[in-house]
Amino acid sequence: MPEVRHVSPRNGDVLVLVGTMKGSFIFRSGRSREKWEIGGPYFAGCPVYAMTLDSRAGRQRLWAGAMSWAWGASTSFSDDFGETWSDPETSKVKFPESSGGELKQIWQITPGRDSEPDTIYCGVEPAALFVSRDAGATWSLVEGLWNHEHRPRWMPGAGGLCLHTILLDPSDEKKMRIAISAAGMYVTDDGGATWRPSNKGVRAEFLPDKYPEFGQCVHKVVQSPTAPERMYLQNHWGLYRSDDWGESWSDVANGVPSDFGFAMAVHPEDPDTAWIVPLESDGFRCTPEGKLRVYRTRDGAGSWKPMTRGLPQKGALETVLRDSLAVDPLDPVGVYFGTRSGKLFGSSDEGKSWELMADGLPPIVSVRAAVVSKPRRKAK
Amino acid sequence: MLFVIPEPLRDLAGSRGEVRVDGNAKSLADALALFWGSCPGVRDRILTEKGEVRPHVNIFVDGESIRFAAGLATPVHARSEIVILPALSGG
Repeated sequence: MPEVRHVSPRNGDVLVLVGTMKGSFIFRSGRSREKWEIGGPYFAGCPVYAMTLDSRAGRQRLWAGAMSWAWGASTSFSDDFGETWSDPETSKVKFPESSGGELKQIWQITPGRDSEPDTIYCGVEPAALFVSRDAGATWSLVEGLWNHEHRPRWMPGAGGLCLHTILLDPSDEKKMRIAISAAGMYVTDDGGATWRPSNKGVRAEFLPDKYPEFGQCVHKVVQSPTAPERMYLQNHWGLYRSDDWGESWSDVANGVPSDFGFAMAVHPEDPDTAWIVPLESDGFRCTPEGKLRVYRTRDGAGSWKPMTRGLPQKGALETVLRDSLAVDPLDPVGVYFGTRSGKLFGSSDEGKSWELMADGLPPIVSVRAAVVSKPRRKAK
Repeated sequence: MLFVIPEPLRDLAGSRGEVRVDGNAKSLADALALFWGSCPGVRDRILTEKGEVRPHVNIFVDGESIRFAAGLATPVHARSEIVILPALSGG
């Protein structure tokens, strides 16, 4: 196994968490985001689709979902920025035997609201939602979604039947949304007991009925932290915006070379600013014309502009997957994305210019960015 | 019965490479049930939630892969050697 390096973050440092098909890495920098120190690989040999930093309640806890080809998928956490990781037996996401489910992959780990600092959500394949109410010590299956009457009619996309997106209503602990490929978005108003589809206006190009109640192949949905009723959705064909918590969607593919793609990120403060990386088509999932272009909107997707300074514009047949684009909370915002060819790019000026942060990594499948903050109280 | 544990799972088996299990077992399933008694953490790495052997895990009973025998119903005896290995996959 490769030698593992570690980073030593200080308060205020920026972390970029990178999951690849053969392990995960931690990139650390000061607030200038000019020089990056690299830690890892962690979980060497294992695909890591999900990583996050839980900074609530005084924690600085890294979470990762790793999948061993032989021994299965599991979650682990680290309270020392990767130097040590919890044993998979410590925090077990596992289907109850009576459910008939078998865990294949951890797709998303999402800390709960600030008002529920010990709650964490986990989206998995096969499409299901798990919740922990004790900071990850124990997990339980959200039965209301698993037993949904639509579930037998959900179909897997190329990545499997996965629950890849979890969006919380910050002011109401009973309300949240999830997205599944290919089932679409679902919303609960009662804390997960019941779920209803939320796909009005979203196209399903691959079905005879182009606007079904459910069955859309939603690739990613993002939600503005400051105006949470504002969401953007990258579909399997189709780019959408909602101003009513996802209850209805409008097509906003204004000036993009393709409305096919996976990755999306929204500005931490400005709900009118978002980033995407269009791909040519579902038949050729590469950047159009061999140009690696991040598109940014500043007007709520009324228009999109290519951001290319520092990105290859010749022969760049790249693929950026659904969780491989992320932003940090600084001003100006840092934007980061990884490619399936193992390149990691970063921008410290909201996409105006880009630097190659790393090349030659294994295929990148997830990128998350965070700022290390000083603990306010002792972690549980 | 002697269980031979692969390196990645030894932390879950008290850092042991071999675990001897005594008791009445007629099949591999019986033997594994005894084995979980001393090494419970290994179970979920070997079996799925449905109780099936994970597709990329190989188990050999006295040198024979259980895939070519009777799976979890493969007969065992008191002196059986049960070897657990990851399959040729991953990376």
